[in-house]
Amino acid sequence: MKPKTFKVDMLARVEGEGGLYVKLKNNTVADVQLKIFEPPRFFEAFLRGRRFEEVPDITARICGICPVAYQMSAVHAMENAFGVKVEGQLRALRRLLYCGEWIESHVLHIYMLHAPDFLGYPDAIQMARDHSEVVQRGLRLKKTGNEIVRLVGGREVHPINVRVGGFYKVPTRRELEPLAEQLKWARDAALETVRFVAKLPFPDFEHDYVFVALRHPEEYPYNEGHLVSNDGLDISIDHYDKYFTEEHVEHSNALHSTLKNTGAYFVGPLARYNLNFDRLSSLAQEAAREAGLGSGCRNPFQSIVVRAVETLYACDEALRIIDQYEPPPVAAVDVHPRAATGYGCTEAPRGMLYHRYKVSDEGLILDAKIVPPTSQNQKVIEQDVTQFVTKYLALPQEELQWKCEQAIRNYDPCISCATHFLKLEISEQQAIGNGQKPMGG
Amino acid sequence: MKSKPVLIIGVGTAYRNDDAAGLIVAERLKARLPEGASAIIHEGEGVSLMEQLADAEAAVLIDAMCSGAEPGTIRRFDAGAQSPPAQMFRHSTHAIGIAEAIELGRALRKLPRRLIVYGIEGRNFDAGTQLAPAVEASIETVTHRVLEEAHQLLASEELPAETRS
Repeated sequence: MKPKTFKVDMLARVEGEGGLYVKLKNNTVADVQLKIFEPPRFFEAFLRGRRFEEVPDITARICGICPVAYQMSAVHAMENAFGVKVEGQLRALRRLLYCGEWIESHVLHIYMLHAPDFLGYPDAIQMARDHSEVVQRGLRLKKTGNEIVRLVGGREVHPINVRVGGFYKVPTRRELEPLAEQLKWARDAALETVRFVAKLPFPDFEHDYVFVALRHPEEYPYNEGHLVSNDGLDISIDHYDKYFTEEHVEHSNALHSTLKNTGAYFVGPLARYNLNFDRLSSLAQEAAREAGLGSGCRNPFQSIVVRAVETLYACDEALRIIDQYEPPPVAAVDVHPRAATGYGCTEAPRGMLYHRYKVSDEGLILDAKIVPPTSQNQKVIEQDVTQFVTKYLALPQEELQWKCEQAIRNYDPCISCATHFLKLEISEQQAIGNGQKPMGG
Repeated sequence: MKSKPVLIIGVGTAYRNDDAAGLIVAERLKARLPEGASAIIHEGEGVSLMEQLADAEAAVLIDAMCSGAEPGTIRRFDAGAQSPPAQMFRHSTHAIGIAEAIELGRALRKLPRRLIVYGIEGRNFDAGTQLAPAVEASIETVTHRVLEEAHQLLASEELPAETRS
């Protein structure tokens, strides 16, 4: 029987609210829409008029899973605007904090959201009944990530210890010791995780993507680097707006991002991995090879393996940072605002997160632009589903539908992040609109 | 060995009007509980909720409900045998909620031996700190009931295993 148009009203096991619409006509895919109906939240609008110091605390609220990413992109953008450099142990502490977030975000996705798909379970709870030890390992591993964020960031969700210039308080070596013990276990558990996901059954599905990620001369990228692609892009992050553009499409409350002249592009673990394999620690590289990944991977279903490799790297990197840690003399460097525009681009667990702020000479935000990774991946998700459905049209409808949802989960979409902003038409009842004077000016 | 004989968990969100019901019950109980029983508030994230439950011999969970019943309606579930329906309790698409936390705990064999869940039907979950009058009244009622449950659960734990019904 010929498959008809089908839709998934509410995607399961993704963070936030979205649906999928696939239109078939004459046995070909006529249209695919990733419908994001999670309500938009207007952060870019209400940041106007706030003080620059507030930016890490306000933007952290965009997401409960990746608040550190927002804080890091935000503080780096402000520091860029004011000519402030955060180096040495403060820089290392920021990397450590980000390790914590990568671990807890990736592990949550691998074990609770994605693995059930590969093992044939409708959800993690059913999977937990048959695979109790595996799930418990995942939960304990996630907890280690949370513990890093709590210790360095001051709180597990929406950390309170991050500020422009550094932190409010830095840990002692002694405070980090129990964490190091936990991380040694976690590193082993992460290696077990790579081995576990490497054995999962992956459909044969490869694509030539335009991958975009940060690249740094020495490190696997977190907070700093150039923006590069496998298609010849190599720019400093302050040139982002010259090369990338956002547009509103009718079926989504999240803006679609494209590379001018190229179109859809792909950010996230697969992009980082393909563009930065040589920067992984040797333990992570070895584990990746053992898992059957080359130095490149173009099968989005194998993103679960790449996430596991990144989790292992994060444990390894966290241990390295703690081992070399000496408390810095001050918790934050001096910051003096000036009229300027600042750019920050950091690698959230789901991919590149870009912030741009225009600030007044008194340190008030005049203008804000925030581009989350999931917004950037929308087009490539739709393209992938199009290709995928085309390839698997012969499958019974229910199975095809299920596989489409699984395909979307490859991207670990964070829909709350994607909908933080919508271009708003000014209507009579609205108080907020474009071009309004900043408050408290 | 579990560290908490009886744990009361008030689940909810402050600043969301009736969604604070569970938190308020737990706060009111803190000073009144017998020795061996303790109360905490929790914002409902499933994995950490499950971990709290895993540490208790017996637990009572209280949360606001959004089931379509009259505001102030009180429901009590013995979650030992089965989970309360997932749609009863407000849950967001951003996290694992109460029902999933209980089921995950059950799947991992980490649930307390006794687990009672109280739901108080809320009327308004918008931003704010106002409680509907019916919800306020039920908060008082549930506070008394949970205090009784705590006494009973502690008493049943003191009995040697063979004499427990």
